[in-house]
Amino acid sequence: MNAPPRFRRLLECTPRGLYCPAGDFYIDPWHPVDRAVITHAHSDHARWGSQSYLATDSCRALLLLRLGSNIQLETLAYGQSTKIGSARVSLHPAGHVLGSSQVRIEVDGAVAVVSGDYKRQADPTCESWEPVPCHLYVTESTFGLPVFRWQETDHVIGDVLQWWAKNRAEKRTSVLLAYAVGKSQRLIAEILNVAGKQAAADLYVHGALVGPNNAYRTTGVELPDLPSAASMPRDHDWSGALILAPPSAQNSPWLDRFRDASIAMASGWMAIRGTRRRRAMDRGFVLSDHADWNDLKCSIEESNPEELWVTHGFAKTLARYQTELGRPSIAIDTRFAGDDEEAKA
Amino acid sequence: MNDFVELFRGLDETTSTNAKLAALVHYFQQAPHEDIAHAIYFMSGNKLTPTVPTRVLRTAAMKASGIPEWLFEETYEWVGDLAETTAAIVDGKGVPVNSTLSDWIERTLQPIARSSGDQQVDMLIDAWSCLTSVQRFVMNKLITGSFRVGVSQKLLTRGISQWSKIPNETIAHRMMGRWEPSLASMNRLLNADARDSDISRPYPFCLAHPIAGDVMSLGAPSDYLAEWKWDGIRAQLVRRNNTTYLWSRGEESLQGGFPEIETASEVLTDGTVLDGEILAWTKDRPMTFADLQKRIQRKRVGPKLLRDCPVVFIAYDLLESNGEDLRSQPLAERRRLLDSVMQASIGCRDDASAGTLRVSPSVPADSWDELKALRSQARERGSEGLMLKRLDSPYGVGRITGFWWKWKLDPYSIDAVMLYAQRGHGRRATLFTDYTFGVWHEGSLVPFAKAYSGLTEEEIRVVDRWIRENTIDKFGPVHAVRPEMVMEIAFENVQPSTRHKSGIAVRFPRISRIRSDKTADQADTLDVLRNRIAAAPESITNHHTE
Repeated sequence: MNAPPRFRRLLECTPRGLYCPAGDFYIDPWHPVDRAVITHAHSDHARWGSQSYLATDSCRALLLLRLGSNIQLETLAYGQSTKIGSARVSLHPAGHVLGSSQVRIEVDGAVAVVSGDYKRQADPTCESWEPVPCHLYVTESTFGLPVFRWQETDHVIGDVLQWWAKNRAEKRTSVLLAYAVGKSQRLIAEILNVAGKQAAADLYVHGALVGPNNAYRTTGVELPDLPSAASMPRDHDWSGALILAPPSAQNSPWLDRFRDASIAMASGWMAIRGTRRRRAMDRGFVLSDHADWNDLKCSIEESNPEELWVTHGFAKTLARYQTELGRPSIAIDTRFAGDDEEAKA
Repeated sequence: MNDFVELFRGLDETTSTNAKLAALVHYFQQAPHEDIAHAIYFMSGNKLTPTVPTRVLRTAAMKASGIPEWLFEETYEWVGDLAETTAAIVDGKGVPVNSTLSDWIERTLQPIARSSGDQQVDMLIDAWSCLTSVQRFVMNKLITGSFRVGVSQKLLTRGISQWSKIPNETIAHRMMGRWEPSLASMNRLLNADARDSDISRPYPFCLAHPIAGDVMSLGAPSDYLAEWKWDGIRAQLVRRNNTTYLWSRGEESLQGGFPEIETASEVLTDGTVLDGEILAWTKDRPMTFADLQKRIQRKRVGPKLLRDCPVVFIAYDLLESNGEDLRSQPLAERRRLLDSVMQASIGCRDDASAGTLRVSPSVPADSWDELKALRSQARERGSEGLMLKRLDSPYGVGRITGFWWKWKLDPYSIDAVMLYAQRGHGRRATLFTDYTFGVWHEGSLVPFAKAYSGLTEEEIRVVDRWIRENTIDKFGPVHAVRPEMVMEIAFENVQPSTRHKSGIAVRFPRISRIRSDKTADQADTLDVLRNRIAAAPESITNHHTE
């Protein structure tokens, strides 16, 4: 594709994904390759079938859970660098989920950074985003429209607790749908931070969250060992409980065990009324693990690249906007889930 | 105003009727009556006057956010809702307001609505800066006259009834007609005295359900009154105090638009209310809805139009006679009284060739088969099918299940190819849901209809994805797609049209299913549509009553 010659040895867009010719490796490739550098363990970035993988230390447990324990995996501490071919590669916190990283690649003094997915809001379950100055920055743009502006996390958690309390008062069950890796753990930690550790007694999870929760704990994130709803006796009294579940649970028979449940979802897409209503949720909480419009802008400014590439989401829009602000930018194609994947963000 | 915004959120965020009802009652219990009067006003679909032009919203949002026009338009196209886009794109920095709804409308919204030019833009930006995003959204909806919330008039009535402990029917009756957002309206609404002061008011309309399964499942045909189903304006004719009041089903006054009906009804005695249909009629059959529409659009009717498009009122039912409410009487009895009232006042018989006021002729038959045969002649009579009403049915409020049935003719259908797609609005704002279809004519596809509904949410998602992957061109919000997706389009009627490129226009087009088993070249041709014109009356329009 149309990568300008200046950065050709550093990064290239190929049909298998972003490729570094100097180091002969791919970043989050969507087809099997010899050497893959993985920004984080979400399924649209960490795909099965490559010969070898490189990720951060804290990404290890999640990646093994996702791709199986027999993959060839090498890990690095944040900031630690390694030489691959003639490229120097290091991984830096992206703040998206546990173990997520921005990939820094240096070749002959020129630096490219691939952001992966990222957010700038504080998250007690993962390392905070850090700016990495570079010449070429590849940013995501999942929420790259000016209508996306996140509220303070505390405010959103306050709304969640209020919703839970109201349901509890009405003897109803609260089911909160959120992506199983990252968002759910962030929610559990934030809820317990505000409501107090004893609130864990009324918290349960869907079976799909057990593995990721364990991986978080193995990696050293402080999370209680929450029981899965399916492991409770058939006649368990669910009134007043809060259960976290992946979005796919919404129309599944799993829900039937809770006789009267209020269903909510936590996602950046909940900022849009149409999405909220289409999902037929009782409540939508706007909480995202991606950067909003302003944070995308700030991150680009702080990384301060000479040139910007924009991937999945609103790539063309953000690239045009940044170009008009005086920063040469192009939109590049990727096969990340982008704006179709409502549940995750 | 915060409590109203919370009410909006409570209603907007749930699909449960009980939760909506609870939110309404909760609001009524704590809001001042003056606010409730305004809330009812807006929830009944009334608008602030004047409204603020959407252009002003755009300008203000761009000015406040510093966002270039192309980016604003792209964002709006994606979000699909201007009030929401402008609410989300600007920041709230000022001091939060906490005035009552009526104060807020009077001191903030109305002054903005009445101003103009740069001043209006600046006032809008000022007001926005004091609000949260959801408050701005509600405000934008109110000032642009597009405030809609998922509450039917029926649910609103139930909420008021539950809160006020006044029977549902009384509230429904008092809510008919024009609602002024005032304390006086509230006093009338909540009046303990059951005799209502406003004599012009019609009764809430009783509506019918379409027959879902086989007509045989309805029981014996002798339990039913069968009538032709007409496609006109469903209306009530209220004769009280020597005056005739005409009301549409949408509770709009039709006063002045149909002078021949008003004149003809002068012979009715005071305290008479008829339920019926207004139709444009010549000789022995109704004219098209388009003809009737010419009358609807005019408040004052000239002699030429009176001559070209004469109207009649076909009475279905008698709701009040000699001031007595007959709605709880069985239909058979009401029908008997209707005949005798009409006979006594205008000598009208059960005869379709009678004068301006007439009784809807019953369609007698001994068996469902006989009725089926009669129904198949409906199109030739200019009717849409049959109505079946249980002879023992009372005149209920709203869409009552089990008494009244619409038995329409099966729609026409045709296989067509999707040519263009556009994003929807509201709940479907981020999805492609509005499609334009074409049929083959002389080797190319000619667009002939736009259709919105009929697909399941799951199908919409699949089609949405297909559209994204198969867009070949964009014209603003309209995406041209590869002409490969075939769908079956059902419609009620087809007529010649000079306004459409295809030379024909179809009525109520909707998608009945995706024909993934067909390729584009197997879609139908324009000639198939043209051949169906034969059975239909002359002109056409895309509007409809029900």
